[in-house]
Amino acid sequence: MSALETNTMPNRPAAPAGPRVGGIDTRDVHAWFDRHHVLHGITLTIAPRQVTAIIGPSGCGKSTFLRCLNRMHELVPGARVGGQILLDGGDIYGPSVDPVLVRRRVGMVFQKPNPFPTMSIYDNVAAGLRLGGDRGGATLDEIVERSLRAAALWDEVKDRLEKPGTSLSGGQQQRLCIARALAVSPQVLLMDEPCSALDPAATLRIEELARQLAGDITIVIVTHNMQQAARVSDVTGFFLNGELVELGVTDQIFTRPKDKRTEDYITGRFG
Amino acid sequence: MTREMFVKEMEALQADVVRMASMAGDAIHAAVEALRDRDVARAARIIADDDRIDTLHLDLEARCMRLLARQQPMASDLRAIAAVFTITLDLERLADHAEGISKAVKRLGDQPLLKPLIDIPRMEALVQQMLRDVMHAFLRRDVALAEATALKDDEVDALRSQVFRELLTYMMSDPGTVSRALELLLVAQHLERAADHITNIGERVIYAVTGELRELNV
Repeated sequence: MSALETNTMPNRPAAPAGPRVGGIDTRDVHAWFDRHHVLHGITLTIAPRQVTAIIGPSGCGKSTFLRCLNRMHELVPGARVGGQILLDGGDIYGPSVDPVLVRRRVGMVFQKPNPFPTMSIYDNVAAGLRLGGDRGGATLDEIVERSLRAAALWDEVKDRLEKPGTSLSGGQQQRLCIARALAVSPQVLLMDEPCSALDPAATLRIEELARQLAGDITIVIVTHNMQQAARVSDVTGFFLNGELVELGVTDQIFTRPKDKRTEDYITGRFG
Repeated sequence: MTREMFVKEMEALQADVVRMASMAGDAIHAAVEALRDRDVARAARIIADDDRIDTLHLDLEARCMRLLARQQPMASDLRAIAAVFTITLDLERLADHAEGISKAVKRLGDQPLLKPLIDIPRMEALVQQMLRDVMHAFLRRDVALAEATALKDDEVDALRSQVFRELLTYMMSDPGTVSRALELLLVAQHLERAADHITNIGERVIYAVTGELRELNV
């Protein structure tokens, strides 16, 4: 049985699952909001343990695409997805796949930091584990510390873990959200414009963190800031009107894009 | 910096690159004329004027840096600015070769030339033609013209070899001519290096247009 399927589901043949490295393949992915067709046949490969940036003008479908990767798009009433999205070879939309397990393996942080408002810093990080994550033999304290260290926040909060998560600055709250996502040991971390609400110094911390985390997990970041994509990513994909126009090594995309639409967007001729 | 401002600044930058090329080309032409006419005073003026070209080079570099900092250009805009960086350096070197020729003129003083100048003016004419063509290629983003310009570099090299062989026979037959012959050889060398720099400019034009960095005339 693949890691995404649950014991409570009817016995179905397991989807082929490879080693858990966080590689994603999308095959002809479409998405709709009711009848509004917002993604048109997205086929791409997100390499494991790298940073992939998705850029494009407002309304191009990049955030919708991101939300398809962890089955959050379907939470919107009337929304649906077509095509296949494979996580390490297993289709995350397979009939016996538990979306909750998908969202554990594919974590997400959002544009506005959203620590749970009634919880302490400690409890924010531990929340996912308390709901049933695999602790792998470690204690909760160990995992909380490890996650906060991985999110480069431990030193700033270790003496006040009982304080509310909302007592932190914006940048710290975003790192707390990253720690919360990391606590359940995801293979992939999705970041939807994670720095839009942050000042330049906090933005730089998050970018550095993304690069550090990419040594261990796959990062997919949606950003409207091209310079950020150029700084932080290994691979960049350009979306336009719900289509993937071009995907390539970041150096190449920002110095010699192959498609004129990519060239026009990144040189500011539109968007 | 808005896109419109950036476009205007790029156009001004390109115009000044062409102006710098014109100054460097004029300096080379004047230096070879000073050699032909044995005009030491003119050579001294060319040497003094080199400072103006150096100043323009530094100004163009500073403007490139400002565009990089303010605009954070990407793709073809980025390549265009990167190309200007190296092109102005090649043009500054071109002007240095004009200065080098002028210094040879001063050292020769009023000593008679070994023979009438034939190949050196031919080399200079080729250099001027290459410079005109590569600047046209730069302004029009013409890859084919940049490539064709580089072909003339071979002709300049062949003339330099010819000058060397001829001067060698003079030096072997009469050691008293060595110092004058070496000065003329230096002049030919400066013109040959000038053609190399123009070929480099052609390579950068191709890079700016296509993103491909390759050596011409390998």
